[in-house]
Amino acid sequence: MIAPAQPDLVTVNIDGQEIAVPKGTNVIEAARLVNVDVPHYCYHPKLSVVGNCRMCLIEMGMPAVDPATKAPIMDPATGKQKINWIPRPQIGCGTNVSPGLHVKTTSPMVKDAREGVMEFLLINHPLDCPICDQAGECKLQEQATGYGRGYSRFVEQKNVKPKRTQLGPRVTLDDERCILCSRCIRFSKEIAKDDVLGFVDRGSYSTLTCYPGKKLENNYSLNTVDICPVGALTSTDFRFKMRVWFLKQTNAIDTESSVGANTVVWSREGTIYRITPRRNDEVNDTWLADSARVLYKAVKAADRLAATETTEALVARAAARFQSAPGANAGVGSGRSTVEEQFLTRHLATALKASAQLVSRVGQGDKLLVSADRNPNVRGALVTGLIKTLPAPQLTDLAAQIDAGKIKVVVAINEDLTAAGLTAAQLANVSIVYLGAHANATSAAAKVVFPTLTVFEKSGTFVNQQFRIQKTLKAVPAAAGATDDLVVLAQLVAAAGGAALPADIAALWKVIATEVPALATMTFANLPETGLVLDATPFAALPFVEGETLHYKPAQPAVAAATA
Amino acid sequence: MAVITVERKPLTFLERTYLPQIAGGLKTTFKHLIAPKKTLEYPEQRPAIPVGYRGVPTLVKDPNGREKCVSCQLCEFVCPPKAIRITAGEIPADQADRAHVEKGPQAFDIDMLRCIYCGLCQEVCPEEAIFLQNQFSMSGYTRAEMVNHKDRLYELGGTLPDAHHKWDKKKAAEEHGNAH
Repeated sequence: MIAPAQPDLVTVNIDGQEIAVPKGTNVIEAARLVNVDVPHYCYHPKLSVVGNCRMCLIEMGMPAVDPATKAPIMDPATGKQKINWIPRPQIGCGTNVSPGLHVKTTSPMVKDAREGVMEFLLINHPLDCPICDQAGECKLQEQATGYGRGYSRFVEQKNVKPKRTQLGPRVTLDDERCILCSRCIRFSKEIAKDDVLGFVDRGSYSTLTCYPGKKLENNYSLNTVDICPVGALTSTDFRFKMRVWFLKQTNAIDTESSVGANTVVWSREGTIYRITPRRNDEVNDTWLADSARVLYKAVKAADRLAATETTEALVARAAARFQSAPGANAGVGSGRSTVEEQFLTRHLATALKASAQLVSRVGQGDKLLVSADRNPNVRGALVTGLIKTLPAPQLTDLAAQIDAGKIKVVVAINEDLTAAGLTAAQLANVSIVYLGAHANATSAAAKVVFPTLTVFEKSGTFVNQQFRIQKTLKAVPAAAGATDDLVVLAQLVAAAGGAALPADIAALWKVIATEVPALATMTFANLPETGLVLDATPFAALPFVEGETLHYKPAQPAVAAATA
Repeated sequence: MAVITVERKPLTFLERTYLPQIAGGLKTTFKHLIAPKKTLEYPEQRPAIPVGYRGVPTLVKDPNGREKCVSCQLCEFVCPPKAIRITAGEIPADQADRAHVEKGPQAFDIDMLRCIYCGLCQEVCPEEAIFLQNQFSMSGYTRAEMVNHKDRLYELGGTLPDAHHKWDKKKAAEEHGNAH
């Protein structure tokens, strides 16, 4: 069978393997497609190419043609077209593929080049791997294993440079370890648009530094730590806390806004030590806001709620409240709950014949990875049918109904009602059943308090601003005295006279698939790592608050058409 | 299955009297009665410890009295019974003789009820800071007593000669002043 011609594909030969790659791909990326690793430091797929580390040197050649006739010159020994190999190595990152390009990544010349580059890089490297936080995930360590000499021919004194310069509130620089790859400089300039970093001085005196009078303090500064191939830039928060090889990695979702950046949560023995980005080219590329990396501190916060009674006793008390005022119940769900919790909240509201609403939380979007809507899952509530319209920041309707005496019981899930505009007097007038992880004015005023889990202690799904449903997994076990939100909600639904629903996430998804048409074909287990985009057309008329962010453009025409 | 009957030789007259055997046994008894003593009056007398003996793991200091451990936690990682527990800490920049080291153990606990004296911690240590030395008897009345904390580990370890003088070299390089 002859494959149809694809004009944008270029066939190249890497270590004898033919592969067709899109035009404009560089040799490192093309080699990655045939599982050939080209070591590199300065090249980063999401940043511009500078080619200053020289680690990705490869040998390349082009098919030979007769200069006069342009006829291919054949090699009689092999019967194939002769390859004119360039006698010097070329950098793989700065070389884009061209038709017929031949590349060798394992030839003696390439090995010599890599060993030479490694030896020069290690001349002034302090080799303090036992101290360095990057040890275990350090590219220099990895390549030294493959191309290092094992001993040093350098007998002179090594450079001694400052080892703990504070570049900003969250980033510490160790100058000795820096290999001058300039990834951090390019990131600050190209992605964070805060061009504060640069090199000063020459040769072995070269030093990374901030522009005088400025600091690396933008909300994306910790991405420079992630992309630093060595241990030069380290996170001040994570510094010397834990070695990376002890940490368990759990895939999760950033819940600070509706962007839903993909993350990895690193934990050991039930304690989370850091959060780093997970590459998703449709959502966050390889970046993550600094503000998303401190969210784990909520797990061990001092104001965590802990139960003094069993969940069954609490459910019985809540059920008594529900029955004391039939028809006068209200539910306040949360845009920070998972899809599963919102689905159960909808069932609870139906069982109580109560209205359900959300509280919106709007901030300033930064056009990158923090959107204006600080609720990560408003769209999940729309998809599951918990709400029909977008939430308001203040619960004015609920306040009016409480003042009118129409509402006697309020179920608040993860939402502080005083922050949503209810007064202490209004809270005192109703019986509040509160579900939440942390103490606040509402939990203090509540008659029944269910201590529940933070997002790091449970699995679930979130629907981000692109209507992409993504899953987050449980990283650490539940805190003592806290119960899974799903267990509490399922028991409350049953106590309120609703259907018996499973609290187990896999079983619950079977129910969700039957009841929510948009999620009919899904299960929790088969949801892909990069998420799944749902059909947004039923909600196209809603005036969502998000502005433009990375990989997201608000659907302005639809809103304009709806308002016109 | 074939059964092989083994012919048992009948005892000779002398063997039937048992006297040669009794005499042989008494010879051994009397030999040891007059031979020099082999047992030691433990604990007053202690045995000579052979080279390479693996006793209680200890932390050692370098000849300048500085702690060598930089809390890289490789011993914690390699320890098969998970007897070692380290909490890392930062060495403040104002400690003149250790400012370059940056990192040291805040807490270093070895649970001797778990330790199997395998010596992997000593083998893996990149700073030559942990050694299984000659101390072989550990006793205590409670489980807590059997956990050696950092102070106790340094007390047991003492100071060992150092072949590398890593931090002295670092200081010399700094004073040499290649970079400003």
